[in-house]
Amino acid sequence: MIHRECGVLKTTYEADMALYPLPIARWTVAAIAILFFVVLPLSVHEYYLSIVNLISIAVVGALGLNILVGYTGQISIGHGAFMSVGAYTAANFAVRLGFPFWLSLPLGGLMAAAVGAVVGIPSLRIKGLYLAIATLAGQLIIEWTINHVTWISGGVQASIEVPRPRLFGFQIAAQREMYFFLLFFVVLAIVGTMNLVRSRIGRAFIAIRDHDIAAEIIGINIFRYKLLAFAISSFYAGVTGVLYTYYLGIANYEQFQIVTSIDYLAMIIIGGLGSVLGSIFGAIFVTLLPILIRSTMEAFGGLVFSSAAVLNIIPNLRLILFGVLIIFFLVVEPDGLNRLWRNIRNYFRVWPFAY
Amino acid sequence: MGDWQFFVLLLSNGVLIGLMYSLIALGFVLVYKATDALNFAQGEFVMTAGFVVVAFLGVYRAPLWLSIAVGLLAMIAFGFGLERVMLRKLIGRPIIAVVMATIGLAAVLRGVGPLAWGADTKPLPLPIADAPIVWGPLFIPPIQLLGAGVSLIFLAAFGWFFLKSRKGIAMRAVADSQQVAMSMGINVERYFALAWAMTGVVSALGGIIWGSLLGVDVFLSLVGLKVFPVVILGGLDSIPGAILGGLIVGVVENVAAGYIDPYVGGGTKDFAPYVLMILALMFRPYGIFGKKIIERV
Repeated sequence: MIHRECGVLKTTYEADMALYPLPIARWTVAAIAILFFVVLPLSVHEYYLSIVNLISIAVVGALGLNILVGYTGQISIGHGAFMSVGAYTAANFAVRLGFPFWLSLPLGGLMAAAVGAVVGIPSLRIKGLYLAIATLAGQLIIEWTINHVTWISGGVQASIEVPRPRLFGFQIAAQREMYFFLLFFVVLAIVGTMNLVRSRIGRAFIAIRDHDIAAEIIGINIFRYKLLAFAISSFYAGVTGVLYTYYLGIANYEQFQIVTSIDYLAMIIIGGLGSVLGSIFGAIFVTLLPILIRSTMEAFGGLVFSSAAVLNIIPNLRLILFGVLIIFFLVVEPDGLNRLWRNIRNYFRVWPFAY
Repeated sequence: MGDWQFFVLLLSNGVLIGLMYSLIALGFVLVYKATDALNFAQGEFVMTAGFVVVAFLGVYRAPLWLSIAVGLLAMIAFGFGLERVMLRKLIGRPIIAVVMATIGLAAVLRGVGPLAWGADTKPLPLPIADAPIVWGPLFIPPIQLLGAGVSLIFLAAFGWFFLKSRKGIAMRAVADSQQVAMSMGINVERYFALAWAMTGVVSALGGIIWGSLLGVDVFLSLVGLKVFPVVILGGLDSIPGAILGGLIVGVVENVAAGYIDPYVGGGTKDFAPYVLMILALMFRPYGIFGKKIIERV
């Protein structure tokens, strides 16, 4: 990442496809691991750690959506709903049957995958804008169902309280403990996605994205792989929902409305479609944006506006900046932050000898 | 009240509301027909128009006719500007880019209105009676009648425009094939801008009528979500489809709400149209009058 490749000659396809393309990358990965496993949790204040935790959850969801939108080229405006499916499934299992998190978490993911695959069925017949509308309908229908069927949503304000996750009799409650809990799943999601997209399945996804008819002609079962993309992507979404539920201690459909679907779409567009690093950048960016706006306005907004005006400005400014950024990246830099990062890296690769 | 009277009441309300949906759907269809762009910000267009009119009416104390005129002009200008700044740059890009750009636009508009003129719900009083017209079993609020009337007039006007007028025919040519239209000497970009401006007009009217029915605040933009079932049922590029789709959605949601709501505790209105839409997408995705250009894979 920060190092320069020099004197590395690849002689096999395995070497070319490896997750660490360079020998020195092992050290980079080790350094990043130390940073995230030791330095960051031990040095950072609880409040900042809670922001990091929110980013961690968003990373998992953004990776999942990127598998569907960025790699397979199918659009989904229903990921918020898939998250809520995972969240409520896990919450119900945890509360009614007393399942531990390591059981209810994959169950939530699987349920979301099943629902996602069903919503993805129209992708067999329709694509592009029709699929966008179909998934939007899926979002609204799932949202309505969870909100109105008390058997799923647990009655009072459609929310279920979830006990804190336990591991070997140890309860995970504080932000720092939660950080390690979430970090485990983030690493799993990142490594899983990186491996998925370079496998046979991932290459099939990319082939469908690039040209579906050509993909079918070279023998890819389009329907199966599209549904698989929906299922995998929704599994990630479901897990995101479960993690969010365990993080907050409550499953609430208001966290998973259509706005959430759009937030996640914004993450992968701002970060970069079809890239793992881009999903991470996007998740960081979109999670930090409202927090930055809030703290800036709270610090300096009072100088210009009255305090009541500041309260009105914060959420609206967030919406405006958010929309403007989406449009800006779409128009000016369609490959997102990931491309900017690559440009910077390429510049410094040969720096200071540009030629 | 008898069973059939209840049904007739639901039906009449559904028809009127449905025609008001058609008006908003018309804005969506116009843009899709001419530019192949899917406008996910249609509801926000309507809301913004409502905000502009209400702002002139309430904050700047302008008379109603002036406020409406300003609203119309502002939305036309907005349509032109939008095409110029945003959508022209996205021509030839994948469909998801346009969809996401309009979603981004929707976010911006949802922020701008309340930021400029406050987030509280503002009334938009039109000079018509509040008392509903009672006629046999029917029970009709005048505002809905006005809305339905305006919808019908504009639907007819745009229908004529596309069928008979020179500009309308040119616009259909652009929609059919941009390349051929260009080689026949049609200024494609100008017609794109015209389509967005026309959407602005329709949205402004929708904003005034829906705004006076519901009051103007951010939630006015939720009307836009109903556009999708309307246009999918009717066909994305068909003006008669927008009317018929609007009527179907209006009637279905009212009848469903009337009969199912007591059992599930409300909210059927926000649910039934989408089920209908999913069915339509499964069996007839191009809608009732739409062109069959679905590419199967």
